[in-house]
Amino acid sequence: MEAVFLTFVFVLSIFLGFELISKVPSTLHTPLMSGSNAISGITMIGSLASLKADNMTVAVILGTLAVTFATINVVGGYAVTNRMLEMFKKKDEGGAK
Amino acid sequence: MNSMTLFINFAYVISAGLFIFGLKMLSSPATARRGNMLSALGMLLAIVVTLFNAGLDYKWILVGVIIGSVIGLVAAYKVQMTSMPEMVALFNGFGGIASLLLAWGEYHQHPELSVFIALVTFLSAFIGGITFSGSMIAFGKLAEMMPSKAIIFSGQHIVNGAILLAALISGVIFAMNPASSYAIFLVIVVVALLFGVTSVIPIGGADMPVVISLLNSYSGLAACAAGFVINNNILIVAGALVGASGIILTNIMCKAMNRSLANVLFSGFGATTQAAGSAEQEGEIKPATAEDVFYILEAADSVAFVPGYGLAVAQAQHVVQELGELLEANGTEVSYAIHPVAGRMPGHMNVLLAEANVSYDQLVEMDDINPRMDSIDVCVVIGANDVVNPAALEDESSPIYGMPIIETHRAKTVIVLKRSMNPGFAGIQNALFFYPNTRMYFGDAKASIQALVAEFKSD
Repeated sequence: MEAVFLTFVFVLSIFLGFELISKVPSTLHTPLMSGSNAISGITMIGSLASLKADNMTVAVILGTLAVTFATINVVGGYAVTNRMLEMFKKKDEGGAK
Repeated sequence: MNSMTLFINFAYVISAGLFIFGLKMLSSPATARRGNMLSALGMLLAIVVTLFNAGLDYKWILVGVIIGSVIGLVAAYKVQMTSMPEMVALFNGFGGIASLLLAWGEYHQHPELSVFIALVTFLSAFIGGITFSGSMIAFGKLAEMMPSKAIIFSGQHIVNGAILLAALISGVIFAMNPASSYAIFLVIVVVALLFGVTSVIPIGGADMPVVISLLNSYSGLAACAAGFVINNNILIVAGALVGASGIILTNIMCKAMNRSLANVLFSGFGATTQAAGSAEQEGEIKPATAEDVFYILEAADSVAFVPGYGLAVAQAQHVVQELGELLEANGTEVSYAIHPVAGRMPGHMNVLLAEANVSYDQLVEMDDINPRMDSIDVCVVIGANDVVNPAALEDESSPIYGMPIIETHRAKTVIVLKRSMNPGFAGIQNALFFYPNTRMYFGDAKASIQALVAEFKSD
């Protein structure tokens, strides 16, 4: 039953994603991509939750690596997206001095 | 479910809401930055509440988070805007490998899995692995650390098919009896990594925007699968949003190149030089000097710049913006018409122009400018070639026939900046250069524009 419930969530989210993303103008496709990329670093949540104190050594190594890579993805992804979006300015906002 | 788990899961619902609002605010450049911050806030919330889980190994979490944050921040602030595709590919790959490692760690810790969990563990590891190695190859090609041309060998499809089949068979064996299939799991990891490599090497540099979009989608789906493995809704919701986003972008890129996804993935476009443009070009090339171009521009009421990746290669964004400013001061309406595949990834050219201080309301999409092209006085084509080639509309024998283009040839005058008469990326001769309303302005893009700026300033 759990599987059915999760699949339900999955299917609805896919539809929601299609609705949301198709409204993003092509001007913003690069920030969209790096921003959604950062969201895909959500795996970090899973890696954190599964890195338990009583894990076996191999699992600790795998878990720490997973946390590291996912953190790069999350932190780097949001930072670079913010850096890009900062540059999108309109003239009256002082975009072109 | 104890009260702590309940609290954590409620916080996840809020996080999911923030992701959704964040993406919604990306629908306009005016709100996009706040949207990204909302999304980041959602992520922060999710991370913080996750730390409230009982029995976590905080020491190693801290190690991972610190190392990851430092690397991520340095990379994000050091990267050049022109290198954005490489950066996204790299981050993407890291997301993929994290999903693989997560699935592996979970399986290592609890090898007794139900068939369903075993299946999603396989998917998480397999998609994550492909995402990682595929993204690394894409990164290598984009950063020119390896040849960007398609690498083709005979029987490639058979090899790829065999690898995929091997993966599926191992997946089934694994799912049937996960507890005693550790070796099989390792085989799956290796096969996934291998498949990422073999499926991306036959794709040429020009098609990388499609590949990055697709890998972006995979990284989301890998996170989704990981969410099924650890029974976590937030991973599924966020992963699905990213998966959908990647699929939409892939589709847009394919349409902009007038090719099916299958064609991009399997045809090895750009591996062989086509005997293209066999039809003899009629008309003649009419070169123009900086002074000629200056007079044309000065008299124009509306000018549309059509930038291609050559503009970024020549680092001419800033001088183009300067020229645009001068034209506006002269009473000319200036816009920048951007083809969806103008850069090395979707929307790349927009970012490069925004970096050069071009106001975002001057950035115009192909579908918006084409209907009013007849009323544009001058189109200035800089470093773009195939995306303005009228053969895509007229010449059925052309390999790019059917590809949507920016129809600059319908403008009153077209000025094409070009280094020489060599054909473009796809090796196709451009009929636009021979049109009666076209003037060729030869030279390095940056130096040529600088010459025009100088003409305006001395006037």
